[in-house]
Amino acid sequence: MKKSIFKNPILPYLLVAPQLIVVTLFFFWPAFDSLRLAIFNVSPFGDRMIFVGLDNFINLLTSPEYYRSVYHSFIFSLGVTFSCISVAMLLAVLVNQKIRGLAFYRSAILWTFGMAPPISGIIWLFIFHPTYGILSYGLAQITAYEFNWLLKGWVALVLVIFAASYAHLGYNVAFFLAALQTIPNSVVEAARVDGAGGLRLFRSITFPLLSPVTFFLFIMNMVFSFFETFGIIHAVTQGGPGDTTTIMVYKAYVDGFVHLRMGLSAAQSVILMALVIFLTVLQFRYAEKKVFY
Amino acid sequence: MKIAKASMVLVLMACVLALPLTSWAKTEIIWWHAMGGFLGERVNDITNKFNASQNEYEIKAINKGGYTDVLTAGIAAYRSKTPPHMIQVFEVGTQTMLSSGAIYPVYQLMKDQGIKIDWEDFLPVVKSYYSKGGNLYSMPFNSSTPILYYNKTAFEKAGLNPQIAPKTFEDIEKAAKAVVSKGAAKIGFTTAWPSWALMENMHAWNDQPFANNNNGFSAMATELKINGKLGVEVLELLTRWQNERIYTYSGRGASGDQPIINGEAAIGLASTALVGTMTRTSKFDWGTGNLPKLAGYPQGNSIIGGATLWVFKGHKKEQYKGVAKFLEFLGSTEQQAWWHANTGYFPLTRASVKALPEDHFRKNANLWTAFAQITSGKTTPNSQGIRLGNYVSIRDTIEAEMENIFSGRKTPKQGLDDAVKKGNQTLKEFASLYK
Repeated sequence: MKKSIFKNPILPYLLVAPQLIVVTLFFFWPAFDSLRLAIFNVSPFGDRMIFVGLDNFINLLTSPEYYRSVYHSFIFSLGVTFSCISVAMLLAVLVNQKIRGLAFYRSAILWTFGMAPPISGIIWLFIFHPTYGILSYGLAQITAYEFNWLLKGWVALVLVIFAASYAHLGYNVAFFLAALQTIPNSVVEAARVDGAGGLRLFRSITFPLLSPVTFFLFIMNMVFSFFETFGIIHAVTQGGPGDTTTIMVYKAYVDGFVHLRMGLSAAQSVILMALVIFLTVLQFRYAEKKVFY
Repeated sequence: MKIAKASMVLVLMACVLALPLTSWAKTEIIWWHAMGGFLGERVNDITNKFNASQNEYEIKAINKGGYTDVLTAGIAAYRSKTPPHMIQVFEVGTQTMLSSGAIYPVYQLMKDQGIKIDWEDFLPVVKSYYSKGGNLYSMPFNSSTPILYYNKTAFEKAGLNPQIAPKTFEDIEKAAKAVVSKGAAKIGFTTAWPSWALMENMHAWNDQPFANNNNGFSAMATELKINGKLGVEVLELLTRWQNERIYTYSGRGASGDQPIINGEAAIGLASTALVGTMTRTSKFDWGTGNLPKLAGYPQGNSIIGGATLWVFKGHKKEQYKGVAKFLEFLGSTEQQAWWHANTGYFPLTRASVKALPEDHFRKNANLWTAFAQITSGKTTPNSQGIRLGNYVSIRDTIEAEMENIFSGRKTPKQGLDDAVKKGNQTLKEFASLYK
């Protein structure tokens, strides 16, 4: 390995300094503050702090409510990840073909990526609304079952999964499209010469060759649905009915900012932080290396 | 090219000069509030009136979202040392604000600024709710109480007498059943602010305790009482109604306002604050009535909701002068009467009640309903109000459990027991902070 390409010994540090400052200011400092707050019982206005040691963590890890939020998080994230990846892969393969109006389809599908997640939430809220939603109306024509997500937990969960997947679909399609373009034409043509049809081609060539990207997207979707879907939940269900759509990050928000229990909320963000570190390590370690094809 | 550059510089300079000019002229007072839509416009009416009435101060009213959002934003701003001067906090946040150490008590502010306000003239229900040691710590602004709204047009369609408001739960059941079965409205009965209307007010209205220590008024409350006979009875009734499609749960907080305002619900319990909105926007005939009573319980009183204005510590003295003048303006008889007549909130002082035209309540029967309800009820230790530490959290807990109950995941007793258990934990934690 080459030792250095910089003549000036200070220059490299100067070059990374802006990034370091940003990371310190917006990541390390708040992260450290969460760690600190997590061992205190803090008054809403922050004027009183009582040291409680690991009480906040014990409180969390012994409460069935917290485990429910963990459970909801995994159901939600897996739901979002699988629906995103499968639909995005399908769409990407479709718009990767030589069809008329390709540019239109591609941009139409990528559009959703430009939308803020809460907006997607609101769109689905209108579509699903028990009293004025078009989908609820349609469903009421064919079945007597009431899809009232204000009271039915699983309907609410499906609704937020839809909204989150919709918001993140464009991102997934973009990556799949890019990956599809890198599949060498010669491989595809060779397979065709061997007599492989559309489905066979997808199963034996396209799908395996996409696997590094699929794995990458799996991690990214998990991270997205774990940490960035707060806005959707907040705009649509507020964690309800009961706590059926309260995912971990939403619970951390509610406990901290609605219930004003900062210590408890900080403890939850510490747990979330550990989780995101774990996911990132997973990605760095295994992406590209352990995905075989 | 040169000319273009020069003119750009000129424009820039003009902008820079113009910006501070506007803010130099007047002392700016920032007020964060939670009034959206129709009520938000009325708030702007108030600030415009005040700003036009003098030229020293400029009140900037900013809507920061719903009540919870405003409180959250206020706390965050205080912690980062940039609080607004005034913040509107709903009644549920009262204990949190009182204990915060972040506020400049309003009675003290007025005294320091030498502005006389006749605090004794404020209606007792309002004054007692927000006072500590007989002094008002925040400025009463919008006070409401839940009442019953009903859609007269839907009643007529269902063959019911639209002139008579349902008085008891049996009346509601009969009317809602008729309305739904005849297709006169989508929803028979619903409630906005489910915890406030069905738990907090039902306990007060039927003279039952909500929490120990006189609902937290004689000492910090440590125990909720809502899993008693009344709480279970109300929720058992509504769960049955929910299954028979007589009652429809419309979500937490204010989301139940919507079906009542747009006429989807034939009967609804909601804040008096809807009167102003409905008078101007509704396209159907509607009326109001008292909260329904449950048979077999004594008469208590409904309690007030709404919000008050709290003043934050840490601003400059000359700015506090402006704050005090604005609060004086808000408390003025003329202002109180105007606010009441235009929104449906209570007039807060006796003088403003007297200042209303003699035929005011006769002409505005729907404004009279709430006023009659709260002044005719019996104020007891159970109905003077509720003051709990971290009440915001407790109300959220109750509404979450109501959802578990109405959807059949828990029985009413079980759900309320769980709400009490979690609520007591919250109270304990709050008490441990402020020992």
